Amino acid sequence: MVCNICAKNQATVHLTEIIDDQITELHLCEECAQKKGAQMESHFGLSDLLAGLADMGTQFSKTKTEAIKLKCSKCGLTYEDFKKVGRLGCGECYNAFKEALVPLLKRIHGSTQHYGKSPKRIAKVVKAKNDLDTLKEKLQKAIQKEDFEEAAKLRDKIRESEKKNNK
Amino acid sequence: MTLDDLLNNTGEWIRCTGPACDIVMSSRVRLARNLADYPFSHWASKKEQETVLETSRQSIFSIKKLKDSLFLEIGKLDAIDKQFLVERHLMSKEHMVDSENKGLCVGQDEVISIMINEEDHLRMQVMKSGFNLKEAWQILDDIDTELGNSLDFAYSVDFGYLTACPTNTGTGMRASVMLHLPSLVMTKQIGKVLQAITKLSLTARGLYGEGTEASGNFFQISNQVSLGHKEEDIIDNIDRIIKQIVDHEQSARETLIAQNKEALEDRIWRAYGTLKSAHIITSTETIDLLSLARLGVDLGVIKQADRTLINELFVITQPAHLQKLEKKKLSPNQRDVKRAEIIREKLGK
Repeated sequence: MVCNICAKNQATVHLTEIIDDQITELHLCEECAQKKGAQMESHFGLSDLLAGLADMGTQFSKTKTEAIKLKCSKCGLTYEDFKKVGRLGCGECYNAFKEALVPLLKRIHGSTQHYGKSPKRIAKVVKAKNDLDTLKEKLQKAIQKEDFEEAAKLRDKIRESEKKNNK
Repeated sequence: MTLDDLLNNTGEWIRCTGPACDIVMSSRVRLARNLADYPFSHWASKKEQETVLETSRQSIFSIKKLKDSLFLEIGKLDAIDKQFLVERHLMSKEHMVDSENKGLCVGQDEVISIMINEEDHLRMQVMKSGFNLKEAWQILDDIDTELGNSLDFAYSVDFGYLTACPTNTGTGMRASVMLHLPSLVMTKQIGKVLQAITKLSLTARGLYGEGTEASGNFFQISNQVSLGHKEEDIIDNIDRIIKQIVDHEQSARETLIAQNKEALEDRIWRAYGTLKSAHIITSTETIDLLSLARLGVDLGVIKQADRTLINELFVITQPAHLQKLEKKKLSPNQRDVKRAEIIREKLGK
């Protein structure tokens, strides 16, 4: 049997493809099979895997059908679009689809909170937020230990920095 | 500098000047960044892509370190030139497709390269010779900070740097090393090593990144997770794991020599002999044989060639490189002949 594609070499690879319920059999030589294999591989990339994962977010959300209808007000990308291409449309999409994205990010990275570098203009805000988080943690510990004197001090500090941050 | 000048120069990593460069070919760190005011590349209009390209270009060239860089509009290049840039690891395969409004900036010695309008508006990378992620990160960190002075990057306090694909969110950083592990392959330990790596949230890929198979005993290892850890911690983690793999490869080399020196030397010399005398050679065979020759040089078995020469051969025997050298389009068969000719000539000196 000769190869179905080049019609020159002996067919050594036999493929069965199913497209829209149509079964086609292909008999290929090794060279053409490799090319075909490369095509098939590119059909199933990271974005396809992601698209599958993107469903996860909506499973956890209480309003599954609403999550699907979600649309980013800034760039117009819908969550449905994101599921198809595995790419978000703009920075604002992270806000628009937050409920669905948080479980997805957790799944990919094991975390949903960034700890690394930040642009200079934001660095100050980030530092303030981190400091506040540390204070809140300390407060929780003080309460657990029933160290109310320390807790009161911490509470005042938190109020003060919250006021500052909101300015 | 023009694109053709690259052909006559060698990238820094080829010269093999970095630490542990017998086993670690190169270290690479890349950052993904997007401009806050525009949709991500795939979702942006042609007009918006144009603006992103121009704005980024201006910012990049305002940086002292990059002011003499080579700037290329990918859409204006022919297929061979695009492939040539991929073969040199200066841009991704994805950057070749739908290349209108895509740009590439290549710095001195090919250490820094920045893709514009790839999946993210900016994909910047620093590549250093040998095992040197920390220095690569320092250089890239500085460039990123400087660019951040003139460009407003998409960023959220919770999620960090915002990228088109959620797999890059956070630091937007991917740190990777290219390892040459022939002895771990020969002693059949590589499977275990690669399995262990994935458990430590690292991934192993082939020579050209995502979707490519490992060939000729080369493995590219990089972090999978970009959110939730500081850049320095991610790099530290990879550093520590790579160090262990390098040690394993080293001891596998010693074992091979201790157990069957003649058989190993026979394989190395046969590979070298074929390279020196073949008149037709495919790229796959070339990579496999060069891998053995490189091992021969590392072990001091082959003294007639050095690592720089072998590295150079890896690069210039690739399809687009051959066609650039020959200054015309070559069929696969013609390339196999030309490839053999170049190798013979270079090794015969």
